[in-house]
Amino acid sequence: MPAWLDLTVVWALLLATAVFLYVVLDGFDLGVGILFAGIRGRAERDVAVNSVAPVWDGNETWLILGGVGLMPVFPAAYATILPALYMPLIVMLLALVFRGVAFEMRFKAESEEARRWWDRGFWWGSTVAAFCQGVALGAYVQGIAVEEGAYAGGWWDWLTPFSVLVGVALVAGYGLLGACWLVLKTEGATQAHALRLAWPLAVATVGFIALVSLVMPFLQPAFRARWFDFPAILLAAPVPLLVAALAWVLLRSLAAVARAAAERPPAAPRQVIWSDGVPFLAALGLFLLSYIGLGISLWPLIVPPEITIWEAAAPRSTQVFLLVGAAVLIPIVLAYNAYAYWLFRGKVQEGAGYH
Amino acid sequence: MPPDTLLEALPSALDLARFQFAFTVVWHFLFPAFTIGLASYLAVLEGLWLWTGRELYLDLWRYWVKVFAVAFAMGVVSGIVLSYQFGTNWSVFADRTGPLLGPLLGYEVLTAFFLEAGFLGVMLFGLNRVGRGLHFLATCLVAVGTLISAFWILSANSWMQTPAGHALGPDGRFVPEDWWAVIFNPSFPYRFLHTVTAAYLTTALIVGAAGAFHLLKDAANVRARVMFSMAMWMALFVAPAQLVIGDLHGLNTLAHQPQKVAAMEGHWETRRRAPLVLFALPDQERETNRLELGIPGLGSLILGHSVEAEIRGLKAFPREERPTNVPLVFWSFRVMVGLGLLMIALGLASAWLRWRGRLYTTPWFLRWAVAMGASGLIAVTAGWIVTEAGRQPYTVYGLLRTADSVSPVAAPAVAASLALFVAVYLLVFGAGIWVILRLMSRPPLPHEPAVPVGEPIRTAGITPAPAVEAGRAALRPAGP
Repeated sequence: MPAWLDLTVVWALLLATAVFLYVVLDGFDLGVGILFAGIRGRAERDVAVNSVAPVWDGNETWLILGGVGLMPVFPAAYATILPALYMPLIVMLLALVFRGVAFEMRFKAESEEARRWWDRGFWWGSTVAAFCQGVALGAYVQGIAVEEGAYAGGWWDWLTPFSVLVGVALVAGYGLLGACWLVLKTEGATQAHALRLAWPLAVATVGFIALVSLVMPFLQPAFRARWFDFPAILLAAPVPLLVAALAWVLLRSLAAVARAAAERPPAAPRQVIWSDGVPFLAALGLFLLSYIGLGISLWPLIVPPEITIWEAAAPRSTQVFLLVGAAVLIPIVLAYNAYAYWLFRGKVQEGAGYH
Repeated sequence: MPPDTLLEALPSALDLARFQFAFTVVWHFLFPAFTIGLASYLAVLEGLWLWTGRELYLDLWRYWVKVFAVAFAMGVVSGIVLSYQFGTNWSVFADRTGPLLGPLLGYEVLTAFFLEAGFLGVMLFGLNRVGRGLHFLATCLVAVGTLISAFWILSANSWMQTPAGHALGPDGRFVPEDWWAVIFNPSFPYRFLHTVTAAYLTTALIVGAAGAFHLLKDAANVRARVMFSMAMWMALFVAPAQLVIGDLHGLNTLAHQPQKVAAMEGHWETRRRAPLVLFALPDQERETNRLELGIPGLGSLILGHSVEAEIRGLKAFPREERPTNVPLVFWSFRVMVGLGLLMIALGLASAWLRWRGRLYTTPWFLRWAVAMGASGLIAVTAGWIVTEAGRQPYTVYGLLRTADSVSPVAAPAVAASLALFVAVYLLVFGAGIWVILRLMSRPPLPHEPAVPVGEPIRTAGITPAPAVEAGRAALRPAGP
């Protein structure tokens, strides 16, 4: 076993994976909510919501695992990051709660008027949650003022031009994930609509990735060293090149799907049209590369600019005690989630609930 | 008003953080207080159906499982917020206790995931698919799962009341040394028993109120009769048992947190032949009770099991070691005990009417049972206020002060978030409670419909299990 690989690193990777799963999985269903700004008709909205209905609860699993894992395993990080990001985190949680209920109530609404109100709530909740997540990420990367193990900043520290930029970027990114998800999961008018929305969102997302990447190295000297000094640049340089390549794949595949969809008859229930999934995979790839880029900047910090994962780690007995349960239960949760996706594969049929 | 007086008049960040946690945790616990008992009740109903073969029990099962689905979802959603609040509002507490309490909370979450992923979906949607025996097993495991969740949460809470099994590091962090001693700390067994019994009583009173409500409209409704009868049996036996368990819990508290008991009893002076104070207005400034009405000697008899037992009063402890709000502890305790006595009376009255053959047809008694519907929820809330406000001024009793536990977040931020919590919770959980009340306002009927599969029912909150079961049910060819 290499010297750097210890329980603390295992836990850091586990939590980083949970956060990434959360970002991309809840990302696309939040994105579907964000797209309610552009999707207007009742039928299209029903199809869009039904495409995420069976899986979105499970997607939020990973948010809970991230939060509940951080407190025992990296208490010093939990106790400084959460107060620093107080406002964006609390508004995000409440937006998620509100959005969940709006999602539920739109199916129980007894009048068209009531449904439109819950739809508005669904859009608002999704957009606010996404924006707050981006703001929190931006504020986190910019660095958190810590003195003697406690948060030492003010309650507006999180609000900076950079954090707002990341907030808007994440709304666009989630919107792209949502649009590509709908390209994969719907057909006919809804799919055509999603394709039209995906184009500008793809361009915006790639533009935001470039912009954030340009600003990042100038936030902290340590980040700059990672990206521009030799030999670190050997590790870092492929990331922007891969982003450019994936952006090209994404735009090409959107055009290809649009051409193919015009000629193809409607899909049979649960028939998977794999080529419709290429834009979604490319969008996921963009998120993964951005996440890896973030990791390259931060490693091994858990509270930038100074605290490392080892400095923030809990005693070994805590790490071991909780890892036993996590090792048994997380694979089960993963398997069950994967099964849900497989069970609901193929295109959502119009007018169907769970089919 | 001069500006510094105005500033003093405003609540501090600490007060706001305390109120915010109290608000969110009270809302949250209303749902588990109901679902812990309801899960067991569903297991009993299904067991009776399998044992007797009477469809009536299956109808009741289907009637209550719809309520369970909504209440369980509300509990999950409101619980998620709490797991982040330790960090946002109580960061020093989280930092010091995280390595010790974090895993207990983590195991609670993992248990909940496991329960939902494995069994909740089967329980809600799988009755016609997996066979009766396996389905009954799933229902039982959901009930056991809610108890395991309660186990972990109450263990964590009890450790804050009676910390054990830890070492205190030089940086003020609590380091776990003996997990067994941490989990089974001194007050845990009593608190667990008292809380779970309270949850069972709470459920019985809600089920009883629903039954009584429908009997008032139609005394011949057999299903309403059965649920009412079962609830009244519970009240008859469990309410008095809770009195005994509560007494044991109180004696445990007396051993570990004597100040809390002194505040509960309204005792300021240390004395023999201490009275049982029935009514008083505790005055913290003057360290005495106004308008005290008590039974001499009974306080010593209950707490010390002898009239001559010496009972320590609040003045035996320095002011900074006493609960910060004595009237709140004192009155919450009286609300809890008062409602408990009313529950015992309800159970006794039900036994008398049952014996006379008028259980289902006595309007005043049915109305009384309806009025008692929320009494369990109120008593549980009051009980939690007693134990949590009575633990003050500490978060970890005797070791970490509440004032030292709070996040360094400014008062306006806490006030703004509190306002948001109030607005969103009233809307969200108001809608949830409205759905539950609407379900309970429908009479239980023969061939009660099952949980609908056509619409997304957000039962789980965290795993796709119910959706999976619904999907499989929809895909299944139409059969028997």
